[in-house]
Amino acid sequence: MAIHRVTPSLPAVLINGLLLGLATVTLFPLVWMVAVSLMSPGEASTFPPPLVPGRPTFANYRELFAHAGMGRYLFNSAMLASVVTLVSLFFNVAAGYGFAKLRFAGRDRIFKLLLAALVIPSQVAMVPLFLLLKHLGLVNTYGGVIVPAMASIFGIFVVRQYALSIPDELLEAARIDGAGEFRIFWSVIVPVIRPIIVTLAVFTSLGAWNDFMWPLIVLGDSDLYTLPVALASLSREHVQDNELMMAGSVLTILPVLLVFLVLQRYYMQGLMLGSVKE
Amino acid sequence: MRRVGTAWCFVAPALLVIAVFFFVPVVAALALSFTDFDIYALADSHNLRLVGLRNYVQLLQTPLFWKAFGNTLYFVVVGVPLSIAVSFGAALLLHSRLVRFRAFFRTALFAPVVTTLVAVAVIWRYLFHPHYGLLNYALGRLGLPAIDWLGDPHWAMPAIIVLAVWKNFGYNMIILLAGLQSIPEQLYEAARIDGASVWRQFRHVTLPMLAPIVAMVNILTIAGYFQLFAEPYVMTQGGPLQSTVSVLYFMYEEGFKWWNLGSASAVAFVLFLFIFCVTAVQLRVVRWQSTA
Repeated sequence: MAIHRVTPSLPAVLINGLLLGLATVTLFPLVWMVAVSLMSPGEASTFPPPLVPGRPTFANYRELFAHAGMGRYLFNSAMLASVVTLVSLFFNVAAGYGFAKLRFAGRDRIFKLLLAALVIPSQVAMVPLFLLLKHLGLVNTYGGVIVPAMASIFGIFVVRQYALSIPDELLEAARIDGAGEFRIFWSVIVPVIRPIIVTLAVFTSLGAWNDFMWPLIVLGDSDLYTLPVALASLSREHVQDNELMMAGSVLTILPVLLVFLVLQRYYMQGLMLGSVKE
Repeated sequence: MRRVGTAWCFVAPALLVIAVFFFVPVVAALALSFTDFDIYALADSHNLRLVGLRNYVQLLQTPLFWKAFGNTLYFVVVGVPLSIAVSFGAALLLHSRLVRFRAFFRTALFAPVVTTLVAVAVIWRYLFHPHYGLLNYALGRLGLPAIDWLGDPHWAMPAIIVLAVWKNFGYNMIILLAGLQSIPEQLYEAARIDGASVWRQFRHVTLPMLAPIVAMVNILTIAGYFQLFAEPYVMTQGGPLQSTVSVLYFMYEEGFKWWNLGSASAVAFVLFLFIFCVTAVQLRVVRWQSTA
């Protein structure tokens, strides 16, 4: 009895081979970062560069927490990303729903204005924003990062796009039952649009965690630094300590990578929604 | 009537935040760019004077501004086509019917997009290290001379472009992949029945169907690449010989290192106007092509 062995065709080998090569190049810096972070100090500064640690050690991580204040930065980043996400979700979801399903004068005109403003790079606002926050006493405080991020046009936009698909009959039925608008929002709308809320939460938290330029400007006191700001500052001081810097990079990247891997489906959906802004 | 009031309760908080912390600052930036707001005005606003267009005129006479502008343009003109080419290639590969483990490859290729720019800039600074960097080791194995990536004014910007392409290509890859998947299979079937080769199918079905998405991706990527900042801040501090000073890096130093806030606002506005014009021209071209 002959067994038919399926031999892969040449194009199949070629395409899968190319993808494997591309994926290797893409993942290599990240994998190597982890490897170097486990090397003992000085080990990575040799030629040729080692690929795996001779004797893996957590010394660099201990050093970061013991002497570089890494625990503090980790706390700052996690706290700021959580607060920004929670507060802005609240504001953006309410507004997105309002623009999609409630009627008020000037609604469409205001929404068009918001969309048009998407072309303005956020950096244009930074200098006056700094002066405004200085006036409010928020420069060099956590508030300086949180307050300007409490609402975003992008967030309102994606929630509105999603909420447009809610049938009006659902709202009418609830109104006939005598439910108030806030009650409807909380117990009818929010459960229906939960997927987009998760999507926006993932987007906002990753964005807040990775943000660099604004925290760099508004947080002058190193006790308040977020991880990216601290890492940039450390990397200028410790130019030669490659192993230490790789450990810092691991601590900065790993949390966002994990959040992404777990909630990938939601993230991708947000990416598609965000890219259809005309 | 009551309902109109409640509608405002839903949208007003977010609108208030955006108005106070975005719209007002944007307008204020324009006003500020006509003043000599500096460190003395920061201490006492009586030192503030209106200077008309002086900041803009001075800016256009500052060699470093032109240098920064040229560097940024270099980054955009070389970096954007490279990024989109890699995105497109990866999307075509992923779209192929012959791919095994598609979900794994998609996630792997997308991973750099979600990473923290500052952290990956630190990694790449090490990969580019002239003595211990793996890139130069690889060049050596191929028999090529070592390159002082971040120390040579000719190579620093290409190095930053390599990092940017690696970091960003996954984003457009996903959008282009979705575009490829939305092309109706019947179009390919019809082409095959007509005897069209794979290349002709690509040329006459895939490319025209994908053109609007490519145009959109192009516009968004260009606008994004003009905002180059963290890469030079971490990897080169603008050097060597100011070869990686970007417009935003220049703005940051002008505003938050030297505290020339009036002048920094002018820089921000020039950048914004430029991005705006480039975007507007591209939209025109896209519309003109779709009607022609």
